[in-house]
Amino acid sequence: MSTFVLLTITGLGLGAMYFLIASGLSLIYGLMGVLNFAHGAFLTVGAYVTWWTSTHVGGGPGVKLLVGALAGLAVGALLAGLVELVLIRPLYRRHIEQVLVTVGLALALGALVQAIWGVDARAFPVPDWMIDTTTILGANIANDRFVEIAAAVLVFVGLTAFLRYTRFGLIIRAGVENRAMVTALGIDVRRAFTLVFALGGAVAALAGVLSGVYFGVVDPGRGTSLLIFAFIVVVIGGFGSIGGTAVAAVAVGLVQQYANYYTTGLGDLAVVLLLALVLLLKPEGLAPKVAH
Amino acid sequence: MPVIIVALLALVPQLSLDIPVLFNGPLDSPGTLGVLALCMVFAGVALSYDLLFGFTGLLSFGHALYFALGVYLMTIALTKWEWGLWQSFGIVAVAGILVPLLLGAISLRVGGIAFAMVTLAFAQAGEVLVHNNPWELTGGEEGLGLNFDPLPDFFVGVFNTKNLYWLALAYAAFVFLVVRFAVASSPGHVLQAIRENERRVEVIGLRPFGYKLIAFVLASFLATMGGVVWLLVLGTGATPTVTTASFTLTLLVMVVIGGAGTRYGALLGGFLYTLADQRLGSLSGSSTIQDLPAVLEKPLSEPLFILGTLFILLVFFVPGGLTGFGRRLRVLRRAAGFEGGAAPAREAP
Amino acid sequence: MALISVRDLHVYLGESHVLQGVSFEVEEGGVTALLGRNGVGKTTTLRAMLGLVPRRGSVRLQFKGGAGEELVRAPTHQIIRRGIGYVPEDRDVFAGLTVDENLRLAERNGNARYELVYELFPELKTRGAQKAGTLSGGQQQMVAIARALLNENPILLVDEPTKGLAPLLVTEVAAALERAAELATVLLVEQNLAVVQRVATSVVVVDGGRVVHSGPARELLDSPERVQAMLGVHGGGHR
Repeated sequence: MSTFVLLTITGLGLGAMYFLIASGLSLIYGLMGVLNFAHGAFLTVGAYVTWWTSTHVGGGPGVKLLVGALAGLAVGALLAGLVELVLIRPLYRRHIEQVLVTVGLALALGALVQAIWGVDARAFPVPDWMIDTTTILGANIANDRFVEIAAAVLVFVGLTAFLRYTRFGLIIRAGVENRAMVTALGIDVRRAFTLVFALGGAVAALAGVLSGVYFGVVDPGRGTSLLIFAFIVVVIGGFGSIGGTAVAAVAVGLVQQYANYYTTGLGDLAVVLLLALVLLLKPEGLAPKVAH
Repeated sequence: MPVIIVALLALVPQLSLDIPVLFNGPLDSPGTLGVLALCMVFAGVALSYDLLFGFTGLLSFGHALYFALGVYLMTIALTKWEWGLWQSFGIVAVAGILVPLLLGAISLRVGGIAFAMVTLAFAQAGEVLVHNNPWELTGGEEGLGLNFDPLPDFFVGVFNTKNLYWLALAYAAFVFLVVRFAVASSPGHVLQAIRENERRVEVIGLRPFGYKLIAFVLASFLATMGGVVWLLVLGTGATPTVTTASFTLTLLVMVVIGGAGTRYGALLGGFLYTLADQRLGSLSGSSTIQDLPAVLEKPLSEPLFILGTLFILLVFFVPGGLTGFGRRLRVLRRAAGFEGGAAPAREAP
Repeated sequence: MALISVRDLHVYLGESHVLQGVSFEVEEGGVTALLGRNGVGKTTTLRAMLGLVPRRGSVRLQFKGGAGEELVRAPTHQIIRRGIGYVPEDRDVFAGLTVDENLRLAERNGNARYELVYELFPELKTRGAQKAGTLSGGQQQMVAIARALLNENPILLVDEPTKGLAPLLVTEVAAALERAAELATVLLVEQNLAVVQRVATSVVVVDGGRVVHSGPARELLDSPERVQAMLGVHGGGHR
C-alpha cells in the first residue's frame, strides 16, 4: 500500500511538471499553430535565472527560492513575449518557418545558457521543509511533491478561470477554434498571441523552478529532456485544451512512475508506447479539430 | 554535370592545396581529408532526410534513430559479437530495412504534427534504450569503442584517411543517385503529388500509405548506411549523441540551410553545416575569439549558438535556403504586391 | 462617390486565378446583390474585400464627408473596425462558446444593440447559455446575423445567409435582411432568387472571375431571359 501511495504521489508530482510545460505549448499551438521548440529553453532560462538570483540574495533557502522564482517567472514571461514579437509575429501564417525559427532559437538559447554557466549541474536552493518527508498511509513522501502538485492545481484553476471569465480568455478560446473568424470580428488576434506566448513562458519558467526543486539541481539539458514529454502530453491530451492536457499529464506521469518501478528503468519507454497506442487507436488524433 | 563534380572531388586527396581559414592543413593532409569525409557523410545523410521532408513532405523528428541504428548495430556486431565485416554489414542492412518498415507502418497511421511527434517519441525510446545499456550492449552514456580487427586494412590508420574520404564520397554519390532515381520514378511522382495534395491522390484511387512507407524505409535505410560510414570515418565508436532529438534537428537545419526539396540543397547544407561545425569548434580556441570580452567570447565559443543564430537569420532573410527555391517553404505568391490573407487558402466557392 | 469602390481585384487560390480583375461599386443605402453561378468567385470577392485572402487591386471605402480610405493595405481586423459587419458563408459561429459568448465576442464598443438583436431573434435570448455547436443550422444563422448587427455597422457583407435553410427560415432571414437594409448598406451574396427579388435594389453579376453586368435590380430581374442567360436559372423561381 505504501508503495502505491509513494508511486502515485511521485507520479502526480511529475505529472504536475509536465502539465505546466505542456499547457503553454498546447495553448500556443492551439491558438497560433506554432509548434514552439523553444519552450524547453524558456524552462531552462527560467530555472537558471532562479538559481542565479538565489545566489545573489541573502536569507534562508526558502527566501532565496521565492525571490529567485519571482525573477525566473518574470524573465520567462518577458523572454517569451519578446520572442513572439520579434521572431514569431513577422512570420505570420508561415508556419513551417515559425517552427524552424523556434528550433534555431532552442539551439541558440541552450548553447547560450551552457556558455554562461557551463555544462555542470548547479545546486538549487531548496528549503529544508521541502526535503523533509511526510508520512501518508505508511509512505514517506518528500514534501516538494506536494508543492509541485499544488502549483499545478493552482495554475490549472487560474488558467481555466482566465479562459472562462476574461475577454482575452474568450478571444483565445474562439481563436483556437477559428482564428480567421476572430479577425473578421474586428479583433486584433496578434495581441492575444503575444499574451499567450508570455503566459506560456511564465508557466514554463515555473516548471523550470519546480524541476530544480524536484531534481535538486539544474543543468542545461533540463528543458530539452522535459520538452519531449511535454510534446507527448500535448499530443495525447489535445491541442488547445487545458483540461485534456491536465488529464494527459497525470496519465503520463503515473505511467512513467509505475513503469519505472515495475520494470526497473523503462518508464520513458512505457510513455512512448502509451503515445503510440493512443495514436494507433485514434488515427485521427486526439486533438480536437482546430481550424487555422 | 554531377559526374564532373564527383570526379573533381575524387581528385582532392591528390591535391596539396592550402585553403586557409576553411582548413587547418593542405587538402591532402589526413586532418583535412577527415573533415571533408565527415562533410560528405552528412551531405548524404541530410539528403536522405530531405527525401522525407523536402520531397515527400513528411516532417520526421526521429531520423536520428536510423542513423544511430547503423552506428550502434555495426559497433555491437563488430565489437561485442565479434562478427566479421560482411556479416556485421549484412545484419545492419537487414535491420535498416525491417526496423523502419515496422516503425514507419505505425507512425504513418497519422499525419502532420502527430506523425512528427510519434517519430520523435520512437527516437526518444531509442535514446533511452541506448542509455539504459541493456545486456551491456550499448555502453550507455560512455558509448562503445570500435573493434578494428575485422576491418580491412585500407580503412584503418591515419595514412588511409584518403580511402575513408573516397568511401564517404562514394556514399554521398550513392545517396544522390538513389534519391534522383527515386524522385524521377513514377512512385516518386506520386510522392510529390502526395506532398502537394494528398486527398487528390486518394481520389485517383492510389493509397498514399504504401508510397509514403516506401519513402520512409528508403530514407531511413540510407541514413543507416550513413551511420556505418560515419562510424568508419570517425573510427572511434558509437556515442549516444547520435541518438538525440538534437541530432535530428541538426539534420533539419542542414536541409533548410541548403534548401529543402531541391536537387543539391540538402547535400550543400549538410556539407557546409558540418564544415562550419568542425571549424567553429577550433575557431573558438583561436586568439581572435579569446581576445574578445567575455560577454562575446563565451557565446561565440559555443558552435551551436552561432549556428542557431545563423539559422534564425537564414529563415528570416533567405527562407529558400542557399539554393534559393525551397519549395516547401515558399508560400506561392504570384507576383509582388499581394497583401493580406488571414487564413490558409481555401478552394474557390 | 460610391460607398465602396472595388477596382481590378485579383485573387489567386493555389494555382487558380479566381478573381481576374473584379470591379464594381456599392452605392450607399439599399441592398446590392452579388450574383452568379456556383464557383464564379462571389464568396472570394467578399473575402478579398475583407482581406481574408491575399489580394491585389483596390477596395476604396468612402463615407459621405470623409476622406476615402484604401482597404487593401489594411489587415482584416482594421477593415472590420471601419464599420463592417460580416456574415460568412458557413456561419462560422464558435461551436465551443455559448450563444451569449458568441455575441459578446462581437462587441466592439459600448454601444452594442442587444435590444435590436433580441427583437429580431428572440430565441437568442432564451438560448443564451447554450453552446453554439448544439444549435440548429437556422439558429446558428441567427447568431451569425446577430453578430453583424450588434454593432452600428454602416456596412454589412452577407454571404449566402439562406443556404441550407428550410423555407420558413428563409422567409425569416429575408425579413431580417430587410430590417438590416434599413440600418445599413448591404452587399449580399445569394443564390435564392426569391430572396434577391424581395430585398435587392441593385445587382452585380460575376462570371469567370469578372463582373459581367451591374445595374438596378428591377432591370435584370424583370427579364427572365436575361436572368436565364446570366445565371443559368429560371428567373423568379424558388430554390
